[in-house]
Amino acid sequence: MIDLLTIFVLAVFVGFEVVSKVSTILHTPLMSGANAIHGVILVGAILITGRAEHALEIALGLAAVFLATVNVVGGFVVTDRMLEMFKGHKPVKAAKAVEAQGNGHKETGK
Amino acid sequence: MSPTWVQLAYLAAALCFVLALKGLSTPKYARAGNLLGAAGMALAVVTAYVHGAVHNELLILLAVAAGVAVGIPAARSVKMTAIPQMVALFNGVGGAAAALVALTEFLEVPDGSVLFQVATVLTVLIGSVSFSGSVVTFLKLQEIMTTRPVLLPAGQAVSIGVAAASVLLALSVVVSGSGLLLVLLALAGLALGVLFVLPVGGADVPIAISLLNAFTGLAVAASGYVLANTLLIVAGTLVGASGTILTRLMAQAMGRPLTNILFGAFKPTAAAAQTDEHRTVRSGTVEDVAILLGYAHSVLVVPGYGLAVAQGQHAARELAAVLEQRGITVHYGIHPVAGRMPGHMNVLLAEADVPYEQLKELDDVNPGIGSVDVVLVVGANDVVNPGARDEPSSPIYGMPIFDVDRAKAVVFMKRSMRPGFAGVDNSLLYNPKTTMLFGDAKDSLTKLLAAVKQV
Repeated sequence: MIDLLTIFVLAVFVGFEVVSKVSTILHTPLMSGANAIHGVILVGAILITGRAEHALEIALGLAAVFLATVNVVGGFVVTDRMLEMFKGHKPVKAAKAVEAQGNGHKETGK
Repeated sequence: MSPTWVQLAYLAAALCFVLALKGLSTPKYARAGNLLGAAGMALAVVTAYVHGAVHNELLILLAVAAGVAVGIPAARSVKMTAIPQMVALFNGVGGAAAALVALTEFLEVPDGSVLFQVATVLTVLIGSVSFSGSVVTFLKLQEIMTTRPVLLPAGQAVSIGVAAASVLLALSVVVSGSGLLLVLLALAGLALGVLFVLPVGGADVPIAISLLNAFTGLAVAASGYVLANTLLIVAGTLVGASGTILTRLMAQAMGRPLTNILFGAFKPTAAAAQTDEHRTVRSGTVEDVAILLGYAHSVLVVPGYGLAVAQGQHAARELAAVLEQRGITVHYGIHPVAGRMPGHMNVLLAEADVPYEQLKELDDVNPGIGSVDVVLVVGANDVVNPGARDEPSSPIYGMPIFDVDRAKAVVFMKRSMRPGFAGVDNSLLYNPKTTMLFGDAKDSLTKLLAAVKQV
């Protein structure tokens, strides 16, 4: 059990470290992406349903599988849709940034 | 203990998740990060299915198929303006799934160790809070219920009572191992989630979503203890930790301490005292505004959620293009919390093909705002409310704003005199520099576009 605790503590630090500097532009996609990742509960839902033998347990387990799947696929798809919109503008931006040089335009992290 | 190949697959998935979060924090790799996360998830789920689905294989597949059938169309069809509430819903179902997993496991193995029991009650409690809290945030953002803080009579006492009852129930579940008490605990958790989000004011709801997101992560981590599954612990903890940091970053962007947002529900009395019924409002016609804009040198557009709701982004971009042809400098001032969530407005304007380099942040705009001829406030309100800067009694005091009252003229495009999402009165409406242009944002912008071409 101490192994699990070790993993937990290390994961806390990794989690803090990974998102310590994020521009506000990315707050929404990041939240949405993290939201999709906790859909990993689907793994747990499959495991418990996979060994359930009584009707009640099976029913609860399947409900969990269903809800977790909605969380996972919905989360990743919605995040991708958000990020897709940023992506389309990169070439335009790169070209215009050259034209716009000298007018004090500050690169803000995009 | 799971076989080695399963452990290795879980390790690979966990790595994908870390890299996904890392990628999502930098614009360049954000999309790749998200796809990597999805790949890791697919790996983990297939592994769990192949290794763990001893019984009910077909039923599990059907449940997954049903989830996909609901989740993908929902995520594909949701309007960009409604993204925050969609995220809230996805978060809520995740929390519910975690609670159900722990509940089911408890029924299968009623006599586990104390640690197992503690992890179970934590998962059920946090998962339930996250589920009901997310549903309430959804109702608020969808404006099915009021966006104002809801203050129940003796709300604080009730919350403390329910919280205390939850702790007692949790302890008795650990001691007695009773399934019935665990179900009661889940119900207490649901009540707690509702009580927790009700007093949160409209503009702060996104922060509550972010916090509930972190909660769900913790519930998933706790469920990892229940199932002794390292992947759940790692992934859940990652989301819990990063979600906490993200919540703090968001609160900082709004200039408000987290405790204020969660516990300092807006006190309407303080704001009401400032209201003066006799102040006058100057309302202008489209032609007035067109002349104002047509002879300006620099124009700043401050878009808000109202613009997005009216789907006026394209009209705004066309207007900006016409103004630029006349040699007028046009910038957009994007407040960190414009829209419904930090970064939401950038997504919405990107959707409308607004060039990225025209988008300016607070710090780029405010120092030179005195030389801006006309500020066009479209469907925004709270982010330009001088009360946030000048009136310590204002509920949004301390939130950084665009100092548009220091510009030479302000045009306020609004549907009505109704206060903004935070429900706070805005003295800028009564400023002599301000011209009001009432109407639907898209409608007004289209008329304005035609009128500017005539000037």
